Amino acid sequence: MTDTPHRHLPDRLDNPLKSAILSWESLLVLVAVAIFIVNSFSSPYFLNAWSLSDLTFNFTEKALIALAMALLIISGEIDLSVAAIIALASTLMGFALQYGADTPVLVAIGIGTGIACGAFNGFLVTGLKLPSIVVTIGTMSLFRGISFIILGDQSFKGYPASFAWFGQGYVFWVISFELVLFAVAALVFYVLLHRTNFGRRVYAIGNNDVAAKFSGVRVERVKFILFCLTGLMSGMAAVLLTARLGSTRPSIAEGWELEAITMVVLGGVSILGGAGTIIGVVLAALIMGLVTFGLGLLNVPGIVMSIFIGALLIIVIALPILYRQLRSRR
Amino acid sequence: MKTLAKHREIWLALVIVVLVILVTLRFPRFSQPGNLLTIFNDTSILMMLALGQMTVILTRSIDLSMASNLALTGMIVAMTNAAFPGVPIPLLIAGCVVVGAGLGAFNGLLVWKLNIPPIVVTLGTLTIFRGMVFVISGGAWVNAAQMSPDFIALQRGAFLGLPILSWFAIVVAVLFFILMTRTPLGRALYAIGVNPTASVYTGINVGRTKFLAFTIAGAVSGLCGYLWISRYVIASVEVAGGYELTIIAACVIGGISIAGGIGTVAGALLGALFLGVINNALPVINISPFWQMAISGTAILLAVVLNARGERRQGRVILKRAEA
Repeated sequence: MTDTPHRHLPDRLDNPLKSAILSWESLLVLVAVAIFIVNSFSSPYFLNAWSLSDLTFNFTEKALIALAMALLIISGEIDLSVAAIIALASTLMGFALQYGADTPVLVAIGIGTGIACGAFNGFLVTGLKLPSIVVTIGTMSLFRGISFIILGDQSFKGYPASFAWFGQGYVFWVISFELVLFAVAALVFYVLLHRTNFGRRVYAIGNNDVAAKFSGVRVERVKFILFCLTGLMSGMAAVLLTARLGSTRPSIAEGWELEAITMVVLGGVSILGGAGTIIGVVLAALIMGLVTFGLGLLNVPGIVMSIFIGALLIIVIALPILYRQLRSRR
Repeated sequence: MKTLAKHREIWLALVIVVLVILVTLRFPRFSQPGNLLTIFNDTSILMMLALGQMTVILTRSIDLSMASNLALTGMIVAMTNAAFPGVPIPLLIAGCVVVGAGLGAFNGLLVWKLNIPPIVVTLGTLTIFRGMVFVISGGAWVNAAQMSPDFIALQRGAFLGLPILSWFAIVVAVLFFILMTRTPLGRALYAIGVNPTASVYTGINVGRTKFLAFTIAGAVSGLCGYLWISRYVIASVEVAGGYELTIIAACVIGGISIAGGIGTVAGALLGALFLGVINNALPVINISPFWQMAISGTAILLAVVLNARGERRQGRVILKRAEA
């Protein structure tokens, strides 16, 4: 869809310490610390264990999706249907609830729907060789459309307390189940992307899928698995969000696809594929959580926060490019 | 017959005709000229937006910010009208086009000068523009009572039996047809989409052309900002929320390739018209409007599957990848 940019090839590699200090991730750490400090000065309610715990609810569900989306974008594909998958999974859970499904069944339905939707996307993209951006714009309408057909202007309510625990429960003191799940998922995705052959294949495909194919990588299969993983994480997010809200409407999680993608791009993953780290995505998720929570404490309305997020996305990407342009001009 | 099969616009037109006939079988009044003109009028705004989006998509880019741009210019023009009812409407419309073009140019500049991928730029401006609507309006609505009578009446007037809104769509379509087929810029848009590297060697300034494409899409969004607000007589933060994807859907259904370089004015118009016919047919044949979203999703998927068959030229695809 877009042009491959000019890739900068240095004459000699920087030493590891220098490149670690100048890396995207350390910039993100700086930004996160700065926002944290600004927050603690601007609101007396910020530095408090329960406030900080509430903060995590701002991003964990979206960040779960962003973890899988990062791998998908590194491989050169994209999934715009994740929020619609949440809507469909949540609707089907609510539907099953009407027939007396209990908590394990509800969770299974939520996650199962996610995987099925992901597999459907994956089949269309890899099996029929269609561009993922168009396919997932289509399935985005389709999945949420099915929710609207089932629910119309109604909503499902009355989830059992044992189900609500997934979205509202605490494992230990202020550590919520959502946060624990996100930490575990981040670790799993870190290992998957940075410590396994599968992860290397994802990078290889993103950099040059023809070359990857000729080196024996089963490109289609890897991409299919990534779509299923993204579906799985969306299903999980659906369970958490439904449990937290305690109700399902067809408009649930509207616009989350863009927030998840913003997290991924902010985390330093190249939208053109081939580059990015899980640590970056986790930091970006934290930054977005800090920004929205901090602004919330200052009574800034949600829609104004979205200006900050949008501007953050553009500025964070534009600054290094501007810097490079200015330096090369000199 | 073989050449006919190549023209997906003709096929799409046939599908639309069949659709109209099927609905007419159950509800004869559906295909009365008056109703068909209503459908055309209802779809006018989507048609113009799809043409603007096509300009961008042809260059292998995408503009996700069009609906937010529309909402922002719409709010600006509505507030201007509410505050200064004396400003003549043509001046307001010109202002809308300029403001919209300016917002589009902002997208274009980031894509041109900083080489940021268009999907990232417009993802950002999508939220920024929408947020700006809230900032300038303070979350308040501008409703019919605050708008001047001329502001609301203009597009409802008729000329040669057609509403002015339809004439806007027709004039914009003609302008785009001339742009795409009769001007160097139009050729450049297609050339960039087919092969950006080769277009550089033929002397096309790829970045500048993309910048112009975004500016054009912005100008169209701005124009539609006025038309949308004066049609639905309410300006709020939620105006055209999520509409960016409907615009892209119209383009995809109209056979415009998201990979760039393929697409016609007729395709964009028919893609929009297809969605318009479905929207108008559902209530007539007594299907809940809640089906609309799933149906357009299915239509997008079918369209992309069918289009891909026409576009698949395996040898070229490998070459394209290799040079990229």
